[in-house]
Amino acid sequence: MDGINSSNVVELRNVTVKFENDVILDNLSLAIRDKEFVTLLGPSGCGKTTTLRLIAGFLEPNEGEILFDGVDVNGVPAHKRPVNTIFQRYALFPHLNVYDNIAFGLKVAKVPKSVIAQRVSEMLELVNLKGFEKRAVNTLSGGQQQRVAIARAAINNPKVLLLDEPLAALDAKLRKDMQNELKSMQRRLGITFVFVTHDQEEALSMSDTIVVMDNGKIQQIGSPTDIYNEPQNAFVADFIGESNIIDGVMLKDRLVRFHNRTLECVDFGFEPNEPVDVVIRPEDVDIVHPEKGLICGTVTSVTFKGVHYEIIIDVDGFKWMVQTTDESKVDDFVGLSIDPDAIHIMKKSEYSGTMGDYSYFSDEMEEISNPDYGNEETEDEEVD
Amino acid sequence: MKKSTNVFLNAPYVVWAGIFVVVPLFIVLVYAFTDANGNFSFDSIIALKDYWNNFLLSLLYSLVATVVTLIIAYPFAYALSKTPAKTQKIQMMLVMLPMWMNLLIRTYSWMNILDQNGIINQILLSMKLKPVTFLGTPGAVIFGMVYNYLPYMILPIYTVMAKMDNSLVEAARDLGCNGFNVWRKLILPLSMPGVISGITMVFVPSVSTFYISQKLGNGKIMLIGDTIERQMQALNNYNLGAALSLVLMILILVSMFIMNRFADSTGEGGVVV
Repeated sequence: MDGINSSNVVELRNVTVKFENDVILDNLSLAIRDKEFVTLLGPSGCGKTTTLRLIAGFLEPNEGEILFDGVDVNGVPAHKRPVNTIFQRYALFPHLNVYDNIAFGLKVAKVPKSVIAQRVSEMLELVNLKGFEKRAVNTLSGGQQQRVAIARAAINNPKVLLLDEPLAALDAKLRKDMQNELKSMQRRLGITFVFVTHDQEEALSMSDTIVVMDNGKIQQIGSPTDIYNEPQNAFVADFIGESNIIDGVMLKDRLVRFHNRTLECVDFGFEPNEPVDVVIRPEDVDIVHPEKGLICGTVTSVTFKGVHYEIIIDVDGFKWMVQTTDESKVDDFVGLSIDPDAIHIMKKSEYSGTMGDYSYFSDEMEEISNPDYGNEETEDEEVD
Repeated sequence: MKKSTNVFLNAPYVVWAGIFVVVPLFIVLVYAFTDANGNFSFDSIIALKDYWNNFLLSLLYSLVATVVTLIIAYPFAYALSKTPAKTQKIQMMLVMLPMWMNLLIRTYSWMNILDQNGIINQILLSMKLKPVTFLGTPGAVIFGMVYNYLPYMILPIYTVMAKMDNSLVEAARDLGCNGFNVWRKLILPLSMPGVISGITMVFVPSVSTFYISQKLGNGKIMLIGDTIERQMQALNNYNLGAALSLVLMILILVSMFIMNRFADSTGEGGVVV
């Protein structure tokens, strides 16, 4: 992603956005390649929606440049940008029927009526809504409104389609189907999608590239497998999937010490005795007889999850999460077995020590117990 | 069970509406079709032909007043809906504030302000300018209507503007609309229910007013309201007064019917009256 060149359809260079005294985006640089499915992933208030609004032209950065095909578009209003947006709550025009909603952009562009009719029927076919032309949009279900919103945006042949949490309002089953549909639609249309979500599973299953954001900064850019297997810091490791993140010391290349045990690993390139964060995914840990285990602990909770059990194990006061198909019982004394290649070493960061221990409720749980929760997001939207 | 409860709950309103709406309407109807002795007669209806110019004048004045009110209220309501939420409440209160005072008092105040020796002419005189005759001119009457009924236009338009989702405006911009097109293709059609409510709420009281035209028109401008008042109060001709009222009612009903048709075609029925 380092290559700053003209094949980048959209590029943000050192962009800063402030809202009064809050820094929403902090010196952010990002390049989006043509025909790529890029996901901006992060918790609420991380600046992902603001980034999308910058690209759409609803918001101007305080500092920095935004380039389309290498050309600076600062000051170019939203209606002159070759991008279209799919809004979180669809924002369909309530006074127009399905046909007129989809035809809206072409009518504004004064495209001949016969061409509009043909394009609209193509779009209705693309989103599987043939025969809905005359329906009022408020008589449609959430999934159907979603499709109208997609058709309304895609009909304008945008270079980039911006999607602001478009699946958030749909129920779980439909969301899965729409993920597949969006992905295949992106391939068929052959255009760039910039997709905003806080749902890591959605991001992993749809994206070519994931941009993990927090606190107005990019934490990591990479393919879904990179992001999952090689998280760069504790935030990414914790946000994408479940992680046990343990304080450790890198003794030398391929040898790490944590929980007072020295284990082999596959990472190298750290200073001798450098303090590090050790990431181990719950599914990479096996529960074995205490004598065979490298690390031993006591089971404190067992939850059946369908595919596997989720087992919390207390090791010297640190709570591990293990996902395994073998059942254990609470208060069992067990051993943990970890392969060297399941141990991932990260440099220390500002997030070190704040996450990755399963002693507490998650951040999200704390957030929803907080009466101020969600206020950040509304502030985010008010920036205009 | 549910039905009987509904009937029970409705009863007071049915009785109320019967006594204070249906019965008076019936009395008006009876008066319109009888003579002074209470015999059935078409005299009053026939006499209506002498008053058609009053009807036309009323229609003309109220139409002009409604158009002027709309021209002032629409941009005002739009601008108001765009100001920060905190100041919106205060500004809205300022709009409504004059309505806390009685219509008669407000109109009397304007009489004093616009009078030959009123405040405005005093100021003009002190600036060595010639005094202007305001009272008795069509301008003063229309001004009185606009002043009195402006809040009724602002309020419904402001309400639809304020509840308009800003993401719709962004969607329109996103789909290629410049500022004017956003207004023409989105804001205007979505604000129509408010506009129609506003027009109805200004037109109906304007077309039937007698007080404003009497005081600010200095008795020179006879609108249909004035004619009815004169027949009833000064000439004691209740039959002709009732016939005139009947025509005015029909006029209002027809115009409301037309406005309602507009409201239906824009989707949301927004007529309040």
